[in-house]
Amino acid sequence: MSAIQSPATEEIHPDVALVARAKAGDTTAFEQLVRQYERQIFRVAQHITQNREDAEDITQDAFLKAYEKLEQFQGNSKFSTWLVRIAVNESLMRLRKRKTSKTVSMDADVQTEDGAIPRDFAEWRPNPEQNYNQAELAEILRKTIQGLPPGFRTVFTLRDIENLSTEETAEALGLSVPAVKSRLLRARLQLRERLSRYFHKKEGQPA
Amino acid sequence: MNCTDFLSQLTDYFDGQISPELLEEVRAHTAGCSHCEVVLNTTRQTIEIYRGNEVYEVSDDFRERLHSAIMRKCGQKASA
Repeated sequence: MSAIQSPATEEIHPDVALVARAKAGDTTAFEQLVRQYERQIFRVAQHITQNREDAEDITQDAFLKAYEKLEQFQGNSKFSTWLVRIAVNESLMRLRKRKTSKTVSMDADVQTEDGAIPRDFAEWRPNPEQNYNQAELAEILRKTIQGLPPGFRTVFTLRDIENLSTEETAEALGLSVPAVKSRLLRARLQLRERLSRYFHKKEGQPA
Repeated sequence: MNCTDFLSQLTDYFDGQISPELLEEVRAHTAGCSHCEVVLNTTRQTIEIYRGNEVYEVSDDFRERLHSAIMRKCGQKASA
């Protein structure tokens, strides 16, 4: 049983040279950075907002903002983490604007006990990746993560999908490390519980 | 280690930040508790399935719009 670990941060990231060239006015270097991270930034925005139009706007705004503020990027963090942080801020702002009646706060959804205690104890057989095609699986994964409270799905997205470290996630969201860990546990357990409804069933049974 | 203790170690376990002593305890617990063994396996599968499958794709149309917006912006800055 091996643990799922994030890769260690390398000493000099290849982005450093690209950022330096972009700062010096080389637009192709910046375009290369956009190409490298457009999918990741879009994914983050889409996971948080759950809205394609918003996610596209946020992706565009995040890159334009990054270009404007490029001089301010000191290289203390990875360029991708800096970008993700911009996209997360924009996404959370959108979410708050959209939900006028309900406040979206990173703290608001901690109260829920839903899924904190596992209830489904059946192994997933056969393996879901053998049992569903790519499109069906993507649809199940989308529907399942959509149902998580925004604070949980944001932490899960950054930690488990985008592979940010606990510290980077805490920094991006303005949360403490223990707060990130507790949200991550809840998010993982809730997703597991919801996915089990699909995956623990034997073939031929209705979903 | 009981089931509640096991759950409280799960995040550190997956993040590889668990001490060797606690790791032994987790292993001993899951060896004797089939429910927690399933929770461990299916939580691992949950993480892996989200990592391994692209749930949202950027459309070609958007990619084009994004790149023209970026190039416009770069042009403005260069000529400013």
